Amino acid sequence: MNAVPLSYILFVSIALFFIGMYGLFTRRNMITMLMSVELMLNSVNINFVAFNKYLYPNKLDGVFFTVFIITIAAAEAAVAIAIIINLYRTHQSIDVEDATDLKF
Amino acid sequence: MNASAIIFYLISACILGAGLLAVTARKIFRAAIWLLFSLVGIAALYFWMQVEFIAAVQIIVYVGGIVVLIIFSIFLTQQSGKEMPRPPARRIVFSVLAALFGIILTGLLVKQYFTDNREHGPFNTSMSEIGTQLLSTTEHGYLLPFEVVSMLLLAAMIGCIVIAMKDKTPVSSTQTDSR
Repeated sequence: MNAVPLSYILFVSIALFFIGMYGLFTRRNMITMLMSVELMLNSVNINFVAFNKYLYPNKLDGVFFTVFIITIAAAEAAVAIAIIINLYRTHQSIDVEDATDLKF
Repeated sequence: MNASAIIFYLISACILGAGLLAVTARKIFRAAIWLLFSLVGIAALYFWMQVEFIAAVQIIVYVGGIVVLIIFSIFLTQQSGKEMPRPPARRIVFSVLAALFGIILTGLLVKQYFTDNREHGPFNTSMSEIGTQLLSTTEHGYLLPFEVVSMLLLAAMIGCIVIAMKDKTPVSSTQTDSR
């Protein structure tokens, strides 16, 4: 048993999520936006593991959700980087403001 | 306040400080390195919560895979030493306001509703337990999501290769010229 209550871990996770959201709002470079999304996904993982450890220690569902989220985040990052590299080949830029071909 | 709590505060300060630098650093390569530190800190938090399996997965997949992939793509797409342009002040102000309001609102909700803060018993995450439950076909087994996510990984791998493949046929080059 440790002295840190569950809500403190949740506060860390909340702060990390909104740091990622701030990055997503201010950055206009696709790679840095992807990095912000990774931070947000990690904060969700912290939540899952903390809830599992503190509230339902006889089950393992939070751990499995975290494993699946990490897997899907890896797939998502790989596809996103493939798209970014392809976009760089055609537009010579990875700024989201420059990729306006589909804009109405 | 015992040693465990002090270690928790140190790890959280490391995670949040590195995360904040990762989203505000002007040089993109430094941002990637700060992201690396933040992810290592999160792995340390998993170790602190005694979930060694998740901590190992975090280090292998994130630190060994995703950050390396991001650094490769930085080197492939732009000059890593160049500073990125500063975002406009209006956007910074409103983003900070949005993030602060979000933190305050969610923090108040957590403070109000999560009063049951103690641990409900010992947490058993041995490897045999994880393996048995992950691959069991009983009511609480996770075999079907496991297989589905392996199909997703295969699809993502093929998709990445197809998207990032360089076309050498003359037909597609005329298509890109006519754009």
